[in-house]
Amino acid sequence: MGHWLIMPVLLPMAAAILMLLTAHMGRTVKRGISLLAMLGLVLVAVVLLNATLSGDYQVYAVGNWVAPFGIVLVLDRLSALMVLLTSVLALFSLLYACNGQDRDGRHFHVLFHMQLMGLNGAFLTGDLFNLFVFFEILLIASYGLLLHGGGPMRSRAGLHYVILNLAGSGLFLIAVGTLYGVLGTLNMADLAVKVAQANPEQLRLIHISALLLMVVFGLKAALLPLYFWLPNAYGVASAPVAALFAIMTKVGVYSIIRVFMLVFGIEAGALANLAQPWLLPLGLVTLALGAFGVLASRCLRKQVAYLVVVSVGTLIAGVGLLSVESMAASLYYLMHSTLITGGLFLLADIIVRQRGDVGSELRTGPTVTQPLLLSTMFFIGALAVVGLPPLSGFIGKLLLLQSAAQQPGVAWFWSVILIASFFALIALSRTGSTLFLKTDDTAITGVRMEKVSLFAVTALLLSSPLLAIYGDAVSGFTTATAEQLMQPMQYIEGVLGPQQAPTAAMTEGG
Amino acid sequence: MEVLISTAIGFLVACGIYLMLRARTMDVVIGLTLLSYGVNLFLFASGRLVSNAAALISPDAAAYADPLPQALVLTAIVIGFGMTAFLVVLAIRAFGDLGNDHVDGKAGK
Repeated sequence: MGHWLIMPVLLPMAAAILMLLTAHMGRTVKRGISLLAMLGLVLVAVVLLNATLSGDYQVYAVGNWVAPFGIVLVLDRLSALMVLLTSVLALFSLLYACNGQDRDGRHFHVLFHMQLMGLNGAFLTGDLFNLFVFFEILLIASYGLLLHGGGPMRSRAGLHYVILNLAGSGLFLIAVGTLYGVLGTLNMADLAVKVAQANPEQLRLIHISALLLMVVFGLKAALLPLYFWLPNAYGVASAPVAALFAIMTKVGVYSIIRVFMLVFGIEAGALANLAQPWLLPLGLVTLALGAFGVLASRCLRKQVAYLVVVSVGTLIAGVGLLSVESMAASLYYLMHSTLITGGLFLLADIIVRQRGDVGSELRTGPTVTQPLLLSTMFFIGALAVVGLPPLSGFIGKLLLLQSAAQQPGVAWFWSVILIASFFALIALSRTGSTLFLKTDDTAITGVRMEKVSLFAVTALLLSSPLLAIYGDAVSGFTTATAEQLMQPMQYIEGVLGPQQAPTAAMTEGG
Repeated sequence: MEVLISTAIGFLVACGIYLMLRARTMDVVIGLTLLSYGVNLFLFASGRLVSNAAALISPDAAAYADPLPQALVLTAIVIGFGMTAFLVVLAIRAFGDLGNDHVDGKAGK
């Protein structure tokens, strides 16, 4: 593999720096660099995903420092999947942005690529402190992106978002510091080994820091009771940014999966499966409240933002079931929900632009310029996100429901997911009829959607039928991913080499 | 030294949280800064508190301090500094946009 593994971090960084240097050369140059780098990133992601098909772990020792001492990047199926998903979503968001919205702020492309760098780094790193650093990189870029376009609403939502995340970073550092103080390591594989061997008197501190980590990741993932920032922030962000942010909550979900499957996973001794009692109930309540939010929204963009909350709740509940089948189904649902909510954010923007002064509000308004096209797209997107056959949302939810059939909490799981889907169905039917049928006599003409926008939105929405058609192959891959996640020992041996006697004596002195 | 450091961390965090709950942007900024000071001290202390110990390997060092938390704290300080600078600018921007310094601003249009 050589240096391919660090490319998802280096490529966006190089592109961002290059765009800063060529800032005076005009927008076309910037867009060219940005799109080229983006295409390169998709290519790299495909190569990386291909390398994981054999089931091996690829480890890249940054600066050639060996595993528990230096920082390593680790590529397994899950990280490759997340990197590919990010780059595909980002490619179409960027295409959409290149159609004009990147003009609203000077350094849109730079921030966009910095955000990608942070996202990819967070998915690849095998070190807890490095995860913190990449979190900060993606966050500071997202602060800039959220404010992209300006205006009082964005300032206010941005202020809340920044303050919340700074407080979250503080908690993250406390958790990391406690873990290091107790165990003397921050490498995730090494942490997993040490947690399994921890003394009884160390357990309580480790337990506290693990739960603190869950709070931090829950904040990123927008898990109850930490999701209240999301609808506002996502609802006011400009469309390409909101579409990219669809993956941001999944960073939190990814971190929960990674840390609580590996470090506090099934082989973690006394602390095994530490997160499980929390994840399922929290996920279900988040899902339920998200569904109420979807139903209650009087604003199209906020409604889509609440759909993100719904998807996070579903995912976390699925992860909390803790079986290979439910993990595989969750990962399938993760791909589907990320791409579809991203597409819906873009579509919502197009619709809002064609509704004149009424904009995003869900009330009687003028007829849009392209009613047939937009309503068809909205119909497809809504079908997919609600989870009606024959699209991918249906398959994802079906797999989730099936995987829960043998589990203890099945009654709750089934009823909450099905009722929430029903709520979403009602809400989106009402939205669709308000947008396209309950129109007044006026019509907005002349605001047609450009071909590039059409292409970007269609591509994202088309992912749903594609995921359904290739459902067998995709769910085969996610099942393999889930099986890999359920064997933390393989990850540990992939990073640290074959495990014999504990390496504790070597690292204890630091 | 342990008592001193832990009292200091507790005091800084308590002041930070109090100021953050005041819901005025500048108070929140200062509160977050105090919180991050407390967190940085905590992170620093996670490598154990020793005095007169070398952080780098030298032939005549009697004892060693753990250099890793020092590196971590340095990173955290730099990140915290950047974030605070950004937050100050954002707070000023929000004051301009929203017309007052409450974190929720006015209803805004």
